[in-house]
Amino acid sequence: MKLSGIIANTGEWLSGSGPHDQIVVSSRVRLARNLKGKPFPGWAKKAERIAVLEEVRGAVEQLPEMKESFSEKLEDLSPLEKQVLVERHLISREHAAKGAGSAVVMNTAQTLSFMINEEDHLRMQAIRAGLQLDEVFAMINQTDTELEDSLDFAFHNDLGYLTACPTNVGTGMRASAMLHLPGLVMSEQVNKIINSVNKIGLAVRGLHGEGTEAMGNLFQVSNQTTLGEAEEEIIGRLNKVIHQILEHEQNARQILLQQRAETLLDQIGRAYGILCHAHSITSKEALNLLSFIKMGVDLGLFPSQSRLQVDELFIETQPAHLQKGLQAVKLGSEERDSLRAALIRAKLKQMQEPEIGKIPITPPTSNTTTSEES
Amino acid sequence: MFCDVCKSKEATVFLTQIVEGKMQKVNLCEGCSKEKGVNDPTGFALADLLLGLGAAQEIEKNPVGIRCPVCGFSQADFKKTGRLGCSACYDAFAEGLSGMLKNMHRGSVHTGKVPAKLASARRRSQELAVLQAGLVKAVKEELFEEAATLRDKIRVLELESEQESSTAAGEPVPMNRITSLPQSLPAAEEAVSAPKPRKKP
Repeated sequence: MKLSGIIANTGEWLSGSGPHDQIVVSSRVRLARNLKGKPFPGWAKKAERIAVLEEVRGAVEQLPEMKESFSEKLEDLSPLEKQVLVERHLISREHAAKGAGSAVVMNTAQTLSFMINEEDHLRMQAIRAGLQLDEVFAMINQTDTELEDSLDFAFHNDLGYLTACPTNVGTGMRASAMLHLPGLVMSEQVNKIINSVNKIGLAVRGLHGEGTEAMGNLFQVSNQTTLGEAEEEIIGRLNKVIHQILEHEQNARQILLQQRAETLLDQIGRAYGILCHAHSITSKEALNLLSFIKMGVDLGLFPSQSRLQVDELFIETQPAHLQKGLQAVKLGSEERDSLRAALIRAKLKQMQEPEIGKIPITPPTSNTTTSEES
Repeated sequence: MFCDVCKSKEATVFLTQIVEGKMQKVNLCEGCSKEKGVNDPTGFALADLLLGLGAAQEIEKNPVGIRCPVCGFSQADFKKTGRLGCSACYDAFAEGLSGMLKNMHRGSVHTGKVPAKLASARRRSQELAVLQAGLVKAVKEELFEEAATLRDKIRVLELESEQESSTAAGEPVPMNRITSLPQSLPAAEEAVSAPKPRKKP
């Protein structure tokens, strides 16, 4: 299977559906494993890395769920192809920077991906749409159990699975969900939420886990600790917190609708206006405006069949995705910005024009004047 | 209140984490919090912060770099990269790591999944630790009959594990012996508090 064939289709986590998928974009669980008696990739010599790569890759390709899969050494992928995989959350930025001795294997549905010789010998993840942490854990856990038959993982009686970084030791598990929280951002409650989530040992990060600023009002919530709790307990704790955040986001949106409906309509309308008519737009601005459109879809201002198109734009406007169809030389950022604007204009033109005046709620009469405060 | 790191500026970022029932508080100023990555959502902020502080203290305790006997990775390498060289490093640097792991995580003993191949051996070594602790206690209290029963049970378990390791393919995991199979009675005493019975995954 060629990478271009896989890239042509959006992954299951983007096009598929799952519980609460309006707010929870995707759920992901990653397990870190190392082979017994072999130095970790960061310390191993090239020959040792290559030997581990061959062993692990062979075992992964033999898995029944990986019959239809894509498998490639990192050195054989172009920078653009690697970047596309990063934008789809199938490999990490760190992995994309690796050369000889590293590889990626993924299934065609793009729900399972394996990074070989990233920071650990093997990092495998399952990702799906919506809030499905239990389901993605079950998927990856089964894969892990199957791999145990052919690979001897480094395991310590007290410390559990051993990883290159002590922050991952124990379960080696990082479970995370990507949340779209425009309501909490607009009502300026998001920092409060982030702080309280941090305090209970969970991490909140931006779109790609980097940069303090979360673009497009997208936040990734994940566990920080991996030792001392069983996998199910960690996921249970995360699930509970995500449900609370979900509830806060829904409340924030309701309050915005009731008290600041005009502001909300204005923001969505302006976002639509700019996206429909811009001729040059950065990916950050695009994401931030698309976030309003996405919320507009949630609120019923846009026809519901445009949901997938809007969601796809979140990925399609990322730098590498913009250029994936082009075999030509790498574009400069200005060229990308105008290409991005053109792509968005074209996509929005296909969509039925929204009626942004028709808000599907009846604001309480006492609050009709509050909209003037801004 | 002043910042715990630079001790000169007013602290505006307050971190609290509860690790094994103990509350830990860190107060930081804006600048130091950024420097330590507390506002940086890329890292595991608090863990990294504590890792940093913990690592520095541990390094001071062991100034002469310990090296991992298996892969040659040194304590200095760990300080530089924050990563270890191989699985055996966890035993080579066990002393320094244990405090760090305690600060970083919710507990210091893995309670999750165990590879099926190792599950029975691990259960046995945990049982052994409990039995040996019981033996120490029985001897101390001069309950010799009970001590004899415990000793017999221990012998059976040890025999089982010897048989298994001689039939199992591949070499036995070296760290099993170091951390969880107390070889002598005094060692067993320490083991009382360490491994608790844990759930199956």
